[in-house]
Amino acid sequence: MDMQVAIQPTASTTATMISFRQVAKRFNRVEILKGIDLDIPAGSRVALVGSNGAGKTTLIRCLLGEYNYDGELRVGGLDARRQREQVLKRVGFVPQLPPPLRMPVGQLFHFAASVCGAEVGRMEAVAQRLGLDLSQLRHRPFVRLSGGQKQKILISIALGRDADILVMDEPAANLDPEARHIFFRLLAEKPQDTVMLISSHRLDEVASLVNRVVEMDQGKIVLDDRVEDSIELDSRLQCRVVLIRDEPAFVKTIREWGFSAGASDVEWEGIVAGPDRLRFLGMLSRYAGLLSDIHMERLQTADG
Amino acid sequence: MESLRSRWFLVYTGIFGGIIVLLFVFGITESRIMGFTGLSRLLITYIQLAMAILPIFVLITTVRSVAGDREAGVFEYMLSLPISLAAWFWGKLLGRFVVVFLPVFLAMLLAVAWGLIRQAEVPWGMFAYYTALLLVLAWCFLGIGMLVSSLARSADVAQGAAFVVWLTLILFLDLILLGVLIRESLSPEVAVAIALANPLQVFRTAAMILFDPQLVMLGPTAFIILDFFGHAGYMAWALVYPLLLGTLTAAFGYTLFRRSDLP
Repeated sequence: MDMQVAIQPTASTTATMISFRQVAKRFNRVEILKGIDLDIPAGSRVALVGSNGAGKTTLIRCLLGEYNYDGELRVGGLDARRQREQVLKRVGFVPQLPPPLRMPVGQLFHFAASVCGAEVGRMEAVAQRLGLDLSQLRHRPFVRLSGGQKQKILISIALGRDADILVMDEPAANLDPEARHIFFRLLAEKPQDTVMLISSHRLDEVASLVNRVVEMDQGKIVLDDRVEDSIELDSRLQCRVVLIRDEPAFVKTIREWGFSAGASDVEWEGIVAGPDRLRFLGMLSRYAGLLSDIHMERLQTADG
Repeated sequence: MESLRSRWFLVYTGIFGGIIVLLFVFGITESRIMGFTGLSRLLITYIQLAMAILPIFVLITTVRSVAGDREAGVFEYMLSLPISLAAWFWGKLLGRFVVVFLPVFLAMLLAVAWGLIRQAEVPWGMFAYYTALLLVLAWCFLGIGMLVSSLARSADVAQGAAFVVWLTLILFLDLILLGVLIRESLSPEVAVAIALANPLQVFRTAAMILFDPQLVMLGPTAFIILDFFGHAGYMAWALVYPLLLGTLTAAFGYTLFRRSDLP
C-alpha cells in the first residue's frame, strides 16, 4: 500500500504517554522501521494492524526496550531502552506466541509477581475469572498447557498488576467466546487513563476494543485514524439465529460460541460479548445462505 | 531452575553418574588386583574422562539453551518484565553453573562415599584439588559458552561456533603444538606459552601433576613449566587462569548482550 497519511495525534488535550520520534530500526541492510512518528496519549486504546512483516512486532520490541533503534522513543518521559526497567514496571505485555517455559504455573506467577512488585493473589484471581482451575494447573509446567490456557496465564500476569500500559499481541486469538467476554470485561475494569496497544494482523479481531487504529505497512504508518467507540467493553448481546434448515457444520460452530438450541433444531440462542459482535457476524456470514433470521439485543449491564 | 527441568540435564547427570558406576565396576576391582589401596586411580580416570566430556558438553548445552531460549521467545517475554539485564545474564550463568557442576561433583562424592563404605583410603587432597579443577573448568567453559551465545544470533550458528572453539582448543593440545614447533622453528617458550593459554592443556597438565609431580609424561616441556611456575605455582595457575578466563569471557559476553538487541 503506497498511501501515506498525515498523522494526527488523536487526543491532543491528554498528556502523551508514549512518544515515537523518527524511530528507525534496521537488521543488517533491511530497514524494518522507517522513521516512525507516533504519539499515544493516556487513555488511548490503539489497534496496531498490518500484514506480516509490516513492522508491528519490531515496533513493540522497541517499545519494550528490547531492541536498539535510531530516533527517540519515550514512555512517560523515560527512554524506552536506557531506562527499560523503570518503563517496564508500567507495562503489562501479552505476546502472540507463549514462551516455552518449563516452570510450573504457580512458580511463574510467583516469579512474575516478585519482579513486578505485584501480588500473586491478584494475578491468580484474574486467572480464575478467566476460567482456569489453578488447583489443577498450579504444579503443571507452563509449556504443557493448551494454547488457550497459556494465553489466559499470560493475560492474568499482565492484567493482575498495576500496569498503566498494556501491550498485547493478538491477545484473544486463542480464547473461547466466554473467556473473550471476561477478557473484555477485565480490560473495561482498567483505569480510564490506561494505554492499550493491541496488535493484530486483522482489524476485525480488535476493532471493537479500540478507539484508534494505526495501520503499518513496510515499516511505515500508513493510517492513523479514530474509531467510533460506542461499544462498551463489558457490553453483552442477547442473540437469536434462525436457519432455513439444520446444518451440522453450523451446529458445531455455533456451539463453540456457547449457543444452545431453541424451540426447534433450526433455532439457536446465546450471548455474544459486545466487542465480539463483528467477529460473530463474520462467522455468520460464512453461513449466509442458511440464515433465515438474526436478532441481536443489547443486555443491560449491572450499572445500567 | 529452568535448566534443571530440561532433558539435557537428565542425560548429563546420567552420563557422569554412569561413568562413576562403570569405574566402580571396573576401576575399584582392578585397583584391588593391582594393589591400589585408595580411590586415586578411580579419581584420576574420572577426571580425565570428565575433562574430555565436560568442556564440549558445557559449551554445546549452554549455547543451545541460551540461543534456543532467544529463538523460542523466552527472552522476548521474560525481558518484557522489569528484570535488570545484569540480573538476567549473571543469574542465567550462575544457574547454569550449578546445574553443570552439581552432577559432576555429586558423582565424585558418590565415589568417595562408596570408597569409605568399602573402607578404601580416600585421597582427600586429590579429591579437593580435582573438585576445584572441575569447578573452574565448568566456569571457564560456561563463560566461553555465554560469550558465544551473545555473539551468535541463532542456535545453529551458536552451536557451530561452540564446536569450532572446542575443536581449536583440542587441536592446540601439546602434540599438535610440538608439530608446529618443529615445522615453524618456534622457541620452546612460545610453544609452552601457547599451550598454557589453552585451558584444556592447563587442566590436562594440572590433573597429571598430582600423580606425576615431575611431569615426566610431558617430556622436556615440563622443565619450562616447573622452572617458571614451580610445582605449587602451577597448581595455583591451573585454578586461577581458567577462573579468570571464564569470568572475562562472560563479562565480555554480558557487555555484548547489554548493547545488542535482546530477543
